[in-house]
Amino acid sequence: MADTTHGHAHGHDDAHGHDHHDHKPGFVARWFFSTNHKDIGTLYLIFAVVGGLVGGVLSEIMRAQLQFPNNHIVTDGQQWNTIITTHGLLMIFFSVMPALIGGFGNWFIPLMIGAPDMAFPRLNNISFWLLPPAFVLICIGLFMGESGSGWTLYPPLSNATYEHGMGMDCTLFALHLAGASSLLGAMNFITTIFNMRAPGMTMHKLPLFIWAELVTAWLLVLSVPVLAGAITMLICDRNFGTAFFDPQGGGDPVLFQHLFWFFGHPEVYIMILPGFGIISHVISTFSKKPIFGYLGMVYAMVGIGVVGFVVWAHHMYLSGMDVDTRAYFMGATMVIAVPTGVKIFSWIATMWGGSIEFKTPMLWAIGFLFVFTIGGVTGVVCANAGIDESIHNTYYVIAHFHYVLSLGAVFSIFCGFYYWIGKMSGRQYPEFWGRVHFWLFFLGVNLTFFPQHFLGLSGMPRRYPDYPDAFAGWNYVSSVGAYISGVSTLVFLYVCFKTFTSKAPVADNYWGEGATTLEWTQTSPPAFHTYSELPRIL
Amino acid sequence: MQLLRRLCAALTLIMMAPLVMPGGGGAFAQAPKPWEMAMQPAANEIKRRIIDLHDLVLVIITVTTIFVGALLVIVMVKFNAKANPVPSKTSHHTGLEIAWTVIPVLLLVIMSIPSFRLIYYQDRTPNPDLTIKVIAHQWFWEYGYPDNGDFSIESRLVRDEDLKKGQLRLLDVDNQMVVPVGKNIRILTSSPEVIHSFFIPSLGVQRYAIPGRTIETWFSVDKPGVYYGQCNQICGADHSKMPIAVHAVSEQEFKAWAEQTKKSANAETRPSPVSVAAR
Repeated sequence: MADTTHGHAHGHDDAHGHDHHDHKPGFVARWFFSTNHKDIGTLYLIFAVVGGLVGGVLSEIMRAQLQFPNNHIVTDGQQWNTIITTHGLLMIFFSVMPALIGGFGNWFIPLMIGAPDMAFPRLNNISFWLLPPAFVLICIGLFMGESGSGWTLYPPLSNATYEHGMGMDCTLFALHLAGASSLLGAMNFITTIFNMRAPGMTMHKLPLFIWAELVTAWLLVLSVPVLAGAITMLICDRNFGTAFFDPQGGGDPVLFQHLFWFFGHPEVYIMILPGFGIISHVISTFSKKPIFGYLGMVYAMVGIGVVGFVVWAHHMYLSGMDVDTRAYFMGATMVIAVPTGVKIFSWIATMWGGSIEFKTPMLWAIGFLFVFTIGGVTGVVCANAGIDESIHNTYYVIAHFHYVLSLGAVFSIFCGFYYWIGKMSGRQYPEFWGRVHFWLFFLGVNLTFFPQHFLGLSGMPRRYPDYPDAFAGWNYVSSVGAYISGVSTLVFLYVCFKTFTSKAPVADNYWGEGATTLEWTQTSPPAFHTYSELPRIL
Repeated sequence: MQLLRRLCAALTLIMMAPLVMPGGGGAFAQAPKPWEMAMQPAANEIKRRIIDLHDLVLVIITVTTIFVGALLVIVMVKFNAKANPVPSKTSHHTGLEIAWTVIPVLLLVIMSIPSFRLIYYQDRTPNPDLTIKVIAHQWFWEYGYPDNGDFSIESRLVRDEDLKKGQLRLLDVDNQMVVPVGKNIRILTSSPEVIHSFFIPSLGVQRYAIPGRTIETWFSVDKPGVYYGQCNQICGADHSKMPIAVHAVSEQEFKAWAEQTKKSANAETRPSPVSVAAR
């Protein structure tokens, strides 16, 4: 741990390479040809913010449209469908995943396991640089208004007969690039975690965040190729006259659904597992206690990952599957509630007996526990194939998955941001504005998504640009909530501004005794190259 | 639960007092209500069972959420840095860990028994009284009656400018799907182009209509009236403009309607007498 630093290595300094002691390359070489895990992590985080802002603008447009019945803003159904498609894809592939996996994963996997960098630094570079072109392609699809299939891309609606423009191909190719990016990143993560742990750090001493990223990486490696296959077949159907998913040529639209959800269901765990890791560290740090039931937490995540692969068809209860098949998928799906429950209760048990300080990261963590519990229990409702017949594709489902993702995963992203921003940038975030951000966002998203349960029970279908007048009431409330969360995003940008212009330096371990993982042994920000001498874990 | 539902119903009634009753002509109509907070009232046994199961699950998940919320509050009050300056170092408790694994499993088992029963009940009817073919198009529904003379009708949205007084925007259609009350109706869904979903909340029925496939399900209707639903799988630009209206009538009325519609439908599709009479 004899690491020396000269204290000029923070990620947002447009250093022109004049700091010769730290061997930082010049601006172009540093940011465009980067092989340094910290810089690549920073790039991912900036990218995730951009993706999230664009996706967020789309959600504000959607909520403005749905605030009143009568189709008053987006009057064209095809444009509407393109907006909802792009919103979903942006939030998943260009915001949540880059933040939780590429961003925090790149930054903290090497720092927490005591490795100097990722196993394959150049692979790491291309993993990131596949994303911006993918983002451009997605935006082409959006502005051409030609990718209105919903993010699930179900053919025949996504085939050349019904979405004949090039925009749809751009969107599909964007997913190919984003998929390749995640796949390469995941291989890098697995190799790094298996081979580059500091001496003495056995698998059962691995910090939970690392375990979370490891399980996530395995899910990616096993599921993304299936998506890639499905999309390749779809692109061939669209452009080269094949008929994998076209019944007129002997194909089957339901085949696509199976392939898509074989990827798509693990994907939801890909988005939430790294969040689980962050929440574990934050709760342990601010309770000043070691995590409760470490092994249970580890194997709950592994269990969620494994079972997550055998439940995919619960998205397809209405696609005409045999009733026995539905019974199996229903049973298997409900099983996931058990390891998830273990995690929730272990987090509470970690806080139990602790000496809790309610700093901003802890607020996000407690908020996460609350909203994730709501999203989790409504998942049990949705898992029931019988009930699903009345709520499938309604706003109930929208409410459910936004509670686990837009609230759960995004809360964990903000939680990680406030927890680590001092470490990453060497600057202190403004505590007051962090709290304002939390409370506004908490209020806004709950107001947005809770009433959507009612709309769903009442039968309002998703992906509607206009709805029967009876649904107007709760939609209005939901839109007001969306505007409040919009304002909270502005507060977040202000927090970023205040942080990066702040002059207050932060200590190496600014959270004190509760923060015990290796990254807190490094300076804030860490030196450009860390662990040139490996730490030893006892 | 009962109390909560009644409270919601009362609230709903107050809220919708100034609104015109849907359906018109005094006929019973089941459509979504403003500020509705629960499932639409059941119009048959399937939906009653769905609501019963949902109520059971809702109780379990509400109790779970309140329990977790209460634990969070206790933890925040009892174990904040001021109240408890010295943290404990406990990090294991085998008994607890077993408990919070086993108790959720038990809850799931309790829930799964009625769940499995329900899906087998919903799946198909052993003794269908008649079959209706539901063919979904961009963007209208076609209902075929193979058992009553093999005719079919097309059902399209009433556009905003054509709405008559009492008709519901985005719910009322020109030709309703007419069915006899109290009969077990087998539904066969399909589509010639993209996927749609045949969804009527108050009848507890929903199935995709997928090209190249025929999917079977069923429903019955307890009492005469109009039951509204909507297409529930994204199907292109006018996804929101292909509602479903099921008009349940007595068996005699149904037979008369089928007889008359067969004659006219074989020539061309035009508004059916019963649905016109209902206005």
